[in-house]
Amino acid sequence: MLAEGLETLIKALADDGYQVVGPTIDQQAIVYGEIKSTGDLPRGWTDLQEAGTYRLQRREDDAYFGYVVGPHSWKKYLFPPVTLVASADLGEHGWQMRTPEPDPIKYAFLGVRACELAAIRIQDKVFLGGPFVDPTYEARRSKAFIVAVNCTQAAPTCFCTSMNTGPRCESGFDLALTETSDGFLIEVGTKAGQVIAALLPVRPANSTEIGHAEVARQQAADQITRRLDTDGLRDVLMNNLRHPHWEEIAKRCLSCTNCTMVCPTCFCSSVSEVPDLTGEHVDRERHWDSCFNPDFSYMNGSPTRNSVSSRYRQWMTHKLATWHDQFGSSGCVGCGRCITWCPVGIDLTKEVVALRDTTGNDLANLSDGHAEGAEASP
Amino acid sequence: MNSALTSAITAPRFDPWRTHAVRVARMTPEVPGVFTCDLAIQDATMASEYRFAPGQFNMLYIPGLGEIAISICDDPQSRGSVAHTIRIAGNVTHALSELAVGATLGLRGPFGVGWPIDGCRGRDIVLVAGGIGLAPLRPLICHLMTHRREFGEIHLIMGAREPSGLLYSAEYSAWRDGGLNVYPTVDRGDDSWPGHIGMVTAILDRLPLRRPAETVMISCGPETMMWYAAQMVIGRGVDAKSVYVSLERNMNCAIGLCGHCQFGPQFLCKDGPVFSYDRVASIMKVEDL
Amino acid sequence: MSKPLFASESAGSNDTAATTTRRPRPRLAVFKFASCDGCQLSLLDCENELLAVAEAVEIAWFPEASSRLQPGPYDIALVEGSITTPHDAQRILDVRRSARIVVTIGACATAGGIQSLKNWADHEDYLRCVYARPEYISTLASSTPIADHIKVDYELRGCPISRHQLLDVIGALVKGQRPRLPSHSVCLDCKRKGTVCVEVAQGIPCLGPVTHSGCGAICPTYDRGCYGCFGPVSQSNCLSLTDQYLSMGTSTETLLPLLRNFNAAAPEFRDASNRIEAIAKRTETSPEVPHE
Repeated sequence: MLAEGLETLIKALADDGYQVVGPTIDQQAIVYGEIKSTGDLPRGWTDLQEAGTYRLQRREDDAYFGYVVGPHSWKKYLFPPVTLVASADLGEHGWQMRTPEPDPIKYAFLGVRACELAAIRIQDKVFLGGPFVDPTYEARRSKAFIVAVNCTQAAPTCFCTSMNTGPRCESGFDLALTETSDGFLIEVGTKAGQVIAALLPVRPANSTEIGHAEVARQQAADQITRRLDTDGLRDVLMNNLRHPHWEEIAKRCLSCTNCTMVCPTCFCSSVSEVPDLTGEHVDRERHWDSCFNPDFSYMNGSPTRNSVSSRYRQWMTHKLATWHDQFGSSGCVGCGRCITWCPVGIDLTKEVVALRDTTGNDLANLSDGHAEGAEASP
Repeated sequence: MNSALTSAITAPRFDPWRTHAVRVARMTPEVPGVFTCDLAIQDATMASEYRFAPGQFNMLYIPGLGEIAISICDDPQSRGSVAHTIRIAGNVTHALSELAVGATLGLRGPFGVGWPIDGCRGRDIVLVAGGIGLAPLRPLICHLMTHRREFGEIHLIMGAREPSGLLYSAEYSAWRDGGLNVYPTVDRGDDSWPGHIGMVTAILDRLPLRRPAETVMISCGPETMMWYAAQMVIGRGVDAKSVYVSLERNMNCAIGLCGHCQFGPQFLCKDGPVFSYDRVASIMKVEDL
Repeated sequence: MSKPLFASESAGSNDTAATTTRRPRPRLAVFKFASCDGCQLSLLDCENELLAVAEAVEIAWFPEASSRLQPGPYDIALVEGSITTPHDAQRILDVRRSARIVVTIGACATAGGIQSLKNWADHEDYLRCVYARPEYISTLASSTPIADHIKVDYELRGCPISRHQLLDVIGALVKGQRPRLPSHSVCLDCKRKGTVCVEVAQGIPCLGPVTHSGCGAICPTYDRGCYGCFGPVSQSNCLSLTDQYLSMGTSTETLLPLLRNFNAAAPEFRDASNRIEAIAKRTETSPEVPHE
């Protein structure tokens, strides 16, 4: 498909009743927002990322998808920052509670990267795979159409190759695009994708074009330099809950919640009461919340995790260790957002290295007799 | 719908946020700062279908103030209303304590994994409760008495700070008649207190255990108490897998989706609140976890 | 309005009203110390809710709003402003004695306010600059928060305070509840709104990560850094954040006024600004050392 075909794709999705959302420039960053035409896409822009820094920059070409991932993730659509989960009304017979009607909105996500497909897969497991299904997530997710885009470059913060989540989009999409100087190479993932693809100005790709796409995708893989050693990581972390390095991290960590907010898999929330002026109608709103918020673990008069070190430990051990117990995979997809968007540039991959380098010091755990699985320090 | 998604959904479809309107059927003062609130589900169909397992909890909801997780303390066979023994601690429990008979509020539930009744059959059982921790054990006590012949010896040790703090003390004689050995103990006695003074572990230490390998211990109360009780019975030959504790963290959604009540690898609301000790022992003593 | 927000029945409402005794309306007093009156005005700004407030409490002492002033004791005292004169240092003791619950409102009352900048200056100098006859002026050398002088039950942050938070607190107190206000950082509010971090994306120094929530994250929404008007969040790590700004190349001239602002005397901001000042002085004397 030539680049002009993208406009047809956006129109075809809109005609099919989808609200098309995708990358667009706002607030000096590539964020996800409404896409009405290709003019809304960040064509010719790229992002420069490192720990604690993100900058937009002009590209030398006119690529539509020549950047990596930004401060937003698709979770803002599937698991919105604020959701009405229930409401209560005071009537003649006292309080009556209601839950809202399923959300009718139909999203088409344009430009979902491989790590983000993995993140959606993980949140599917969280919100749909347990004994309880989240109605909002299910309503939005079941109707969503996913146009994936293969990365053709990587940021220094990317480490999807360590997490086996990318950079190649393997599954979980309706359509997947690879952008090259020839235009777009399209892969069809589902029947729904096939229906939309049939409306596009496409022809079978020739071997040169397929080769170009392969080179472009390989370029992203080659650019990835960051590594997270996941070997035995669950046990390394869980056997080092009293490791002194947690206190070292706490000297830098602001406990500001940014890493959890930008993380595409973090799902913590709190429900709050929003009464109207009369007090006779109350909305129950669910907000994004964070294990870095001291209030989050508030119980019997004080937070259970009343120190920055215990909150960072909760976040990292959940993300990289106990997530395996709960959902059968790591909670990290290697997108690097938590590294880029940490105001002080804390890099979880480096913290893991530091924790590994000094494992075995956790004497308190050894005395409990639960450190048998600990890794020997290298 | 995406095929990967369809396979991800395994649960029956119902809205976990659905909240029943309930009416206060009875308010009973228990010990100082503690009361029992019997709630009747207003919808007749819902009321007749409502069942719970001993050890499960409900989310009680006062519109405008919020929800709180409260263990069910009723006999699982009782119908018509469901009882909750509540200690006044924060705003919601305080407001609950002030409700009059007839007042309406919300209830979601039941939630959580209850006590391991199947694992108790044919075995001797030691129940250890501290303070308000006796409330979640009451449904189990009712069940054990109803099905008395399915179980071996049953010991119930409960502790309170002082005699006036012993929960459900009016029921102890009925429990004894029902075939339980009941051992109340207090930290501080008074002139009228003829019973034991000291910690629950002091009684536990001297409790005759006929067959430790065939004994189950079930405890509910302060974490430190449960930890010491577990250490003690394990030291006396009870298998750590047969020791159960009920843990508490601040539950918010009750359905494993909000993250509040995480405790190591567990979500207390959906994986617990009841756990076998071997699953949580290594993390119970980790500070601020 | 049949059911005002602050009706003093217990939760449960009209079907329980008959069985619940109505408590007398709590008596509210509003006191002003060294301040601009802006926080008191937040109460008057409540417009829609003001009638409900007036119905729920008896406004017994509020000179800004009414000349009908009644003596104490009061159930709730809202205290605005900081202590800057010997007279006020005495007067606040009377306020404490007259009130069951003391709620301090705003950055002046909770942290000393913008006027606490005088804590870093020679106040005698200021007096001579401003007043023709400085000997008529009786003032303290420092501006201090109310909690330095009396026990405070609840604090409402901000310059000015959020009227929603004020209503929440009054509402809770009237119902006999313990007010609980969110205590997270401004960052959480930015992210819930979809606001992109101005520090990371634009290099703008922002106090959001160490600042208490409550304002609704207004400044970053308009591409400005947070200047900390709600004061430091609990367990704030100003050291780490300011180190980050210094390493990004932010000048001490930028950081110092950012921290020495409405909450200059809040201990966390005070210590951080003193450190920046010390670094600035060191840099002046030996320019080759950028920072520690």
